[in-house]
Amino acid sequence: MLGSIFDPAFADSVARISIPILLAALGGAICHRAGVFNIALEGFLLMGAFMAVFGSHFTSSATLGTLSAICGGIFMALLFAEFHLRRPGDPIVVSIAINLISLGLSTYLLRAIFDVSGVFQSDQIRKVSLLDVPIIENIPFLGSFFSGQSLLFYFSLAIVIFAHFFFKYHQLGIWLRAAGENKQALEAGGVSSKKIQFISLILCGALCGLGGAQLSISNVGLFVENMSAGRGWIAVVIVLVTGGRALPLLGLVFLFGTVDSASLRVQGFGWPQQFTEMMPYLASLLALIFVCYRKLKFEKNTQGIRNV
Amino acid sequence: MTHRIYSLLAASILLLIIFASLIWLADADFFKSISAFFKGAFGGRKYAYLLVTISRAALITGMAIAALIAFRAGLFNIGGEGQLVIGGLASAFVAINLPFGGPAGIFLVLLAGMIAAGIWAMLAGIMKLWLGVPILVGTLLLNYPARYIASYFVSHPLRDIASGMPQTHLIEKSLWLPLLPGTRLDIGFIFILFVFCIVLIYCYRTVGGYEAKMTGLSIDFANASGLKTKKISLKTLALSGAIAGLVGAIAVLGIHHRFTDGMLVQPLYAWTGIVAALMVSLIPWAILPAGFFFAAIHSGASGMERTADVPKEIAIIIQGIIILFVASKVPTAFNQNIGNGK
Repeated sequence: MLGSIFDPAFADSVARISIPILLAALGGAICHRAGVFNIALEGFLLMGAFMAVFGSHFTSSATLGTLSAICGGIFMALLFAEFHLRRPGDPIVVSIAINLISLGLSTYLLRAIFDVSGVFQSDQIRKVSLLDVPIIENIPFLGSFFSGQSLLFYFSLAIVIFAHFFFKYHQLGIWLRAAGENKQALEAGGVSSKKIQFISLILCGALCGLGGAQLSISNVGLFVENMSAGRGWIAVVIVLVTGGRALPLLGLVFLFGTVDSASLRVQGFGWPQQFTEMMPYLASLLALIFVCYRKLKFEKNTQGIRNV
Repeated sequence: MTHRIYSLLAASILLLIIFASLIWLADADFFKSISAFFKGAFGGRKYAYLLVTISRAALITGMAIAALIAFRAGLFNIGGEGQLVIGGLASAFVAINLPFGGPAGIFLVLLAGMIAAGIWAMLAGIMKLWLGVPILVGTLLLNYPARYIASYFVSHPLRDIASGMPQTHLIEKSLWLPLLPGTRLDIGFIFILFVFCIVLIYCYRTVGGYEAKMTGLSIDFANASGLKTKKISLKTLALSGAIAGLVGAIAVLGIHHRFTDGMLVQPLYAWTGIVAALMVSLIPWAILPAGFFFAAIHSGASGMERTADVPKEIAIIIQGIIILFVASKVPTAFNQNIGNGK
């Protein structure tokens, strides 16, 4: 049974399934670090997925499709910034609104522009090209994981490593963390925390847009109503669990990717489809419980020390 | 005061512009769409559409009340969807297996839905209190298991195979909620009105309601005053879930007479309820008009889809934009303005 789950095609699907969540979680991590409570990742992702298909359909180019996905994500991020940063909207309320608007707008435009409901598919949609890495592709199991993936896969891996050093050493990265941890100190240093948070939101929008592009014009090449289907929420959980640190985030995302594609596999063994589809959500719930419980215990154990 | 009127005016004009451009995108006629909107929300032969709006308003108001009760106690229960689905499923399950009908049967079915959903909501509370999982994420993540559990039950053990759809058998006619004489409106909305009155009394006049509000305003202060905040949180969550479950049971007994996969998720009852509660910044008495308002928007959009060829999702967009505007005007809806009626 295990042998029939873990074959090269499985490694390939883990990578493909993980990328949208990885990109969204990275965006969420930037916001988390900058002190913006952003739970609108789902909406950003969905808008990115729609705009990717939109751009790719009308220009017949995957690059322009990806660019339009980034624009879609950034547009929703601008909306978030306008109502949360420039106006004093509560981030939870604004996030709920953004998620609703994304869901409504993508479905509405799907029906208004393409005159279909449910699924949109066309010959003009170009998929993001795949990249074969010369030497690695010959390694048995890892080869199908690290090679033959879409360009966005390599880009997102690069971003993870970059983000790690960015948060640690780069001036903007340090400002970002300062905006999240101690706003007053940052302001006293003469840097506007609103500006930093604005930049973090735009970056988040762009990354989520890319994630959406991976979802729609790389994994499948079509758009389905409510395509993100909870992936943005899983990304939110991953950000909360890892505290927005780039490297643990990468590990956790691949863990979820593994659970998710394993759940697709075990459908073949006659398990009810509903239970296998539930698995990623249960896994994220378990991860959340694990981390939160440790934090709770830590706080309880150190209460005496901290109160002194 | 004049400032507020100006900003209201500006917001309305902006909303109208967005509305018009969306209609233009769908290649529809603006004035035809507007008249279809009002006809779809309030008109129809023998006011049929108005009755649909009322029945939808009952469900949305119910979900809004469920959200409000949790929010004002500082519990961000955005898992109304899961509680609604579990309530609906449990009541459908009991209704199918119940050997007798009539008012006692209906009462039992409604109670089953309320208990199941209340327990489901309390799961999130238990995760918060003993495992430290934030309510916001805990309730939200419980939505998905609920959805899939319901989907499993209606496509395997409870499925009406003859119908060819993932849905349960039709419920016995004696368990259907009776219709108002001479109309096609079931009495579900009267239940919701009753709940609304109880909740008004609970919020404004009872010790329990006051303690919940105090916990929401400042949990440290409530703790310091000797309130058992853990117990209050759990009780409030259970209450909120029970109301969501009641809404699910009413939808099953009054409108659909069976449980179909996705029938409570697709129309976004729970999210619309949350939005309605936020729009009135958690003022209890204003929930009723807010619920009706959003129900009218949704019914109107359905009307536009029928006659003017405008996709009905326009309602979701408008709903989102309204809540954005409100959020920017009422920044502290969650903290300082909890139900003080101003």
